[in-house]
Amino acid sequence: MELTVGPNQFFWSADRWAALYNDLADAPVNRVVLGELVCSKRLPFYQDRIPDAVSTLQAAGKSVALTSLALVTLKRERKLTCELAEMGVEVEINDLTALPFFPQSTRFSVGPLVNIYNEGTLAWLAARGAQRVCLPPELPLSSVEVLAAAGADLGVTIEVWGHGRLPLAISGRCYHARMHGRTKDNCQFACEDDPDGLDVRTLDDQPFLAMNGVQTLSDSYASTAHHIDALAKAGVSALRLSPQSTGFTALCDVYRRLLEDQCDGEQTVEAIRNIDSSARLSNGFLTGDFGADWSGDAAQVSGRT
Amino acid sequence: MVMEIVCPAGTPAALRAAVKAGAHTIYCGFADETNARNFPGLNFDRSEMRDGVAFAHTHGAKVLVAINTFPRAGEEVIWHRAIDDAAASSADAVILADLGLLNYAAQNHPDLRRHLSVQAAAANADVINFYAEAFGVKRVVLPRVLSVPEIAEINAETEVETEVFVFGGLCVMAEGRCSLSSYATGLSPNMNGVCSPASHVEYSDDQGVLDARLGGYTIHRVGKNDPAPYPTLCKGCFNASGKSSHLFEDPVSLNAERLIPQLQQAGVAALKIEGRQRSRSYVAQVVRNFRAAVDALEAGHPLPEGMLARLSEGQAMTTGAYKKTWR
Repeated sequence: MELTVGPNQFFWSADRWAALYNDLADAPVNRVVLGELVCSKRLPFYQDRIPDAVSTLQAAGKSVALTSLALVTLKRERKLTCELAEMGVEVEINDLTALPFFPQSTRFSVGPLVNIYNEGTLAWLAARGAQRVCLPPELPLSSVEVLAAAGADLGVTIEVWGHGRLPLAISGRCYHARMHGRTKDNCQFACEDDPDGLDVRTLDDQPFLAMNGVQTLSDSYASTAHHIDALAKAGVSALRLSPQSTGFTALCDVYRRLLEDQCDGEQTVEAIRNIDSSARLSNGFLTGDFGADWSGDAAQVSGRT
Repeated sequence: MVMEIVCPAGTPAALRAAVKAGAHTIYCGFADETNARNFPGLNFDRSEMRDGVAFAHTHGAKVLVAINTFPRAGEEVIWHRAIDDAAASSADAVILADLGLLNYAAQNHPDLRRHLSVQAAAANADVINFYAEAFGVKRVVLPRVLSVPEIAEINAETEVETEVFVFGGLCVMAEGRCSLSSYATGLSPNMNGVCSPASHVEYSDDQGVLDARLGGYTIHRVGKNDPAPYPTLCKGCFNASGKSSHLFEDPVSLNAERLIPQLQQAGVAALKIEGRQRSRSYVAQVVRNFRAAVDALEAGHPLPEGMLARLSEGQAMTTGAYKKTWR
């Protein structure tokens, strides 16, 4: 199974952003998707670093794709989306707005924010040129199994969300700006202080969500540590790891060891907790009763008491 | 041209009430997980759908069938059958969100008009024109992330008719792209046709303080005598940065009544009312108000004043994303 690094979902400084991709050149991952997924206002701060990051990663033997924005409404966002298709690098579409800009013959990949819930949709996208798909994180294992089998028939590589805070929602409204009493147009980049999103707790102070500008993520880090065998058996070809601000390349090492059978699920979880002892884990979308559920150990059910 | 009033019906009685109250068009769904208001006791069986369409047609009204959840892998046939049955009941259009279903409908029922559901969150002219070209979509229900000038820009660049929500519940996230509910409860709009389901709501009263929990998460806390809003996730109260607040949205509902003239100028073809879960008397009253408003507009008369306030959730209302500062 391959390891893919998904686009960084948060707003980091250009130096920090570029450092991530320098580090990933030496990390045991096969593929890196980069670029701005969440908010077009962030892009000018690091846009000029993207070409270097792409060449560094390609020189290190990684396959590289550029992500489209997750929600495209403004003229300049439509222009950006159109230009993506002309950059000569594979594109991962995370909003169907990108699709009409590809000629019928262009191959592309599809990210987790495009709704692929069934074989009919997968087949249609495959016929339109999709060669690789990262399934929506909300899907249960039973759906992943059906779609991985369909993907094999269609020649589409199937990837699933392997580790990281889950992208749960995207909005026209910026919640970071709202919290600071500002509007999105005058946000003053309130999200830059929270490199992994801002903790959102319930009124009982249970950890619940993470706010990231126009995006809402889970508090918990979804982890497939306990599901590698089931996913491999289903025919899943790749796991997606979502960048976090601390210990990310160490996390890539952990999952690589898991994929190479050098450690089991329990040891993987222990290693993840050694990287960030406060991280709460979940795997409920795959096999639990609800997304935040965690099957790993009875002592910790993510978020709930 | 008079803007079309598109009205919800959760039951055959609500459909008849809406038609009699002057709705140009009714939208409804089958009583299963194929539609995004899959609530107990709601929606239409197959014969009710046929009768409802016949009743509406007799009175010069249209019926749209919402089949706007995303089919479960391995069980698409349930959703395909819903499209077949909508066609067989002589419905005027189906409202779809899933690419696979749009393709199925275009291939198998080319003469059945296809509308793009708000659950597809098509938020710009490029993607709307893509749906028109690929699947022959004739109308798009716009996601609630756009301002009125942005809607006008979309209409300037597409032949596809636009329909916008004007009254009722307000999603603050891009529709069809939100899994907050399944994260907390296991049930989601996309897969199950429900959001923040009542089956997962608990209220508890502790010494005069009323807590509301969804899936075990406490997201409302009010004094015993204060109105207790339903704990919909995106309208909940949360702790962040040392304060408690409605981080995403206050418990408000949408009322764009005053924006009807601007929406007409923006080229909007149809005004949609949310609320298939609402009673027939509610539906009839909302329809009468909106019908009066569009008729007044057409006749060059001033709009009737704020008649809808008391019908809305918790009395608080917003014009949502239609005003840019909402963002």
